[in-house]
Amino acid sequence: MKFGIVVFPGSNCEHDCYHVVKHVLRQEACFLWHKDRTLSGSDCVILPGGFAHGDYLRCGAMAKFSPIMESVVRFSREGGRILGICNGFQILIEAGLLPGALVRNRNLQYICRDLWLRTESQDSPFTRQLRTSQVLRMPVGHGEGCYFADPKTLKRLEAEGRIAFRYCDEKGGLTAEANPNGSVQSIAGVLNEKGNVLGLMPHPDRSAERILGNEDGRKLFESLIAAGPSR
Amino acid sequence: MKVRVIVMYKSGVLDPQGRAILASLHQLGHKDITDVRAGKVVELTVPKMTKEKLERKVKELCEKLLVNGVIEDFRYEVAE
Repeated sequence: MKFGIVVFPGSNCEHDCYHVVKHVLRQEACFLWHKDRTLSGSDCVILPGGFAHGDYLRCGAMAKFSPIMESVVRFSREGGRILGICNGFQILIEAGLLPGALVRNRNLQYICRDLWLRTESQDSPFTRQLRTSQVLRMPVGHGEGCYFADPKTLKRLEAEGRIAFRYCDEKGGLTAEANPNGSVQSIAGVLNEKGNVLGLMPHPDRSAERILGNEDGRKLFESLIAAGPSR
Repeated sequence: MKVRVIVMYKSGVLDPQGRAILASLHQLGHKDITDVRAGKVVELTVPKMTKEKLERKVKELCEKLLVNGVIEDFRYEVAE
């Protein structure tokens, strides 16, 4: 399976993603420069973490106008699988591919540490190798990761099973302490309507290898590979 | 002409920056201040145009780029 990893000026996790896909999971991987107009035959597109276009104005606000995003939006409409990690999640939201908004962390601090996540939906190509309620550990590194959506949108996300992950404590409990960025309803990751686009703030790419002491993130990539090419 | 676009969080959206400023003002002894909201100002230099055309233009710029309608509201004023 071929993974296309989009590189914006200011992306900084593209090599983490490339390494996991290519060297840990032995899949095909390529970089896609933001000025490219094609996805080079990718079966899955990853928008990696970083600070695309310097996070100017709002995180992800400029990136949505990069030429490659036209192809990414078209790919999503055709059912192509897109994984947005951290800044990639912010870009997917600004591009209108996922609902809601990501704003400054409640404590105004850049949060860089491991957090616990509860799998809320195993019914997606990104989570099919997980069990609902399964608790994972993954690192986060963000200043603007506080998820916000209006009550109507939240109700719809919940009803349609589109909340993929929530921040939780070690045992899966939802507490304010376990949700340091202050996300509404502890939401850490959401799916689009068709379930082919996932955005999440935590980094599966930084937790996919034994040598790093954590392989929990690997399960997302393995789910995608098991699901196979979407088109 | 210069146009000043003022972008603020909507009233239902938590503004942690505003809250932090409020706490600092209270520490300085200004306990009479009850709320602070922090936003941003974007100043645009645009060619001279009619009020109606400017209204349309600013609205378009805000909807397309300057403002995220999910969390932010905007207003604008002609600065000079």
